[in-house]
Amino acid sequence: MGNRVGGKTLRFSREPRITSRYTLVGPMEGRGPYALDFSEILPDDSLGQKTAEKTERLMLELAIEKTLQQHGTKIQDLDFLIAGDLLNQITTSSLAASTHTAPFIGVYGACSTFAEALALGAVLLHGDFASQVLVGTASHYQTAERQFRYPIELNVQHLKTNQMTVTGAAAAILSYAERGPRITHATIGSVVDMGLKDPHDMGSAMAPAAFQTIKQHLADTNRTLGDYDIVLTGDLGKQGRKMLRLLLERDKFEGLERLQDGGSQIYGDKQSVGAGGSGAACVAVMTLGYALNCLDSAKAKRILVVATGALLSALTVLQGESIPCIAHAIALEQ
Amino acid sequence: MYNRPRMQHTSKAHKKGVTLLQPKEYQQLVQENLPPRPVAKNMLWAFFVGGLLCLIGQVVLTIAQNFERTKNEAAAVTLAAMILLGTILTALGIYDEIAEKAGAGVAVPITGFANTVTSAAMEFRREGFLLGMGAKMFVIAGPVIVYGILSGFAVALIKSLVLGLL
Repeated sequence: MGNRVGGKTLRFSREPRITSRYTLVGPMEGRGPYALDFSEILPDDSLGQKTAEKTERLMLELAIEKTLQQHGTKIQDLDFLIAGDLLNQITTSSLAASTHTAPFIGVYGACSTFAEALALGAVLLHGDFASQVLVGTASHYQTAERQFRYPIELNVQHLKTNQMTVTGAAAAILSYAERGPRITHATIGSVVDMGLKDPHDMGSAMAPAAFQTIKQHLADTNRTLGDYDIVLTGDLGKQGRKMLRLLLERDKFEGLERLQDGGSQIYGDKQSVGAGGSGAACVAVMTLGYALNCLDSAKAKRILVVATGALLSALTVLQGESIPCIAHAIALEQ
Repeated sequence: MYNRPRMQHTSKAHKKGVTLLQPKEYQQLVQENLPPRPVAKNMLWAFFVGGLLCLIGQVVLTIAQNFERTKNEAAAVTLAAMILLGTILTALGIYDEIAEKAGAGVAVPITGFANTVTSAAMEFRREGFLLGMGAKMFVIAGPVIVYGILSGFAVALIKSLVLGLL
């Protein structure tokens, strides 16, 4: 296992690159502070589709299409298409993939899906099983809300710990081309369950998973938080971000100023969205948009993306199960 | 009787002297760090917005009493009018916005009941009229009806028993 460092981190001796990427977001995300980092801001959240599920599928198809165009690659030249989303049986991804002929790997990791897909894609490239892999994900506020929570128009008073599913889609092509940010390490997290049961506070539930993966990654690579210019957690939200900081402080970690959280930041402070954003698209658009733009413009040299996911379902919540959570870390360098 | 296997990693880690985060300890930490709920603000909003809805209802009732023969008939007209109001505000996408501030103030009155039915009907319309909207229209309102009938039955039973004994 020459490509593993420490206990659990994969080190890519030949580093796969993200050679093409496309992000699109809904209008609310477009009103946030990262509007200029996204490739496209959609004019509305339906795109003329009859159902939000169709819109989500269309967003993913558009992201895939535009990424391929940018790369000048035809879909038949792709070796793998790896995609996932939040809906039951990841139907958005399967339906989007059904229009293509590329071998398809469907993945699910709730809001951490994108990191899972990136890591898997990088492994396939590194193992010489592929020369071009496309990874993609999408989520939509309305589809996630009805599956995990309530009808959109129901009289619900949201709590400060509630997060809002990001409407958006993102896709990227991994290959060994000359240019593009490199994936140097990937730390696949294990499932962490602290026995929390509140589906309205997934940030607190996910924070220990992020904490454990960060700790594992830093120990494996012999690095500190200071070795990264940005440590971007997926979508802990404001509550989860606070809990992660507390856990890191307790263990005397330094360099907490490097921590950023996609969910807490994507909507900005002016929009009323509880603890911030979440959803499969959240960490995907923040990584491919914001984080990689920071690498491109040399604002950052090395970034650690820690995508977190709450692996609950509407049924497990009703049956009183606790929320199992996961976090995967991907180290990126220019 | 089957037992779930014990978590392996915690016991091993303890032997090595690695301190892992303990669930109980972390749950305590979360409890201590939850954002405070704005209870006073929520109550004020609920009181005034709920009160406003009741005021509207009273105005409708007073007007209706001029046209209807009995008070019961006037009350029925009022209920229908308030349900219509709740439904229209829901369909326009306004009701949930008000609820974001007013909470129970708009959830408890009959407009709130109208909202639960209408919002579910709108939501599940996509899955068709029969198995979508028809089957799921009462997905939120259902429990209210079931336990409303059940508690009504229980109260009636107690009443008749007590009166019967007297």
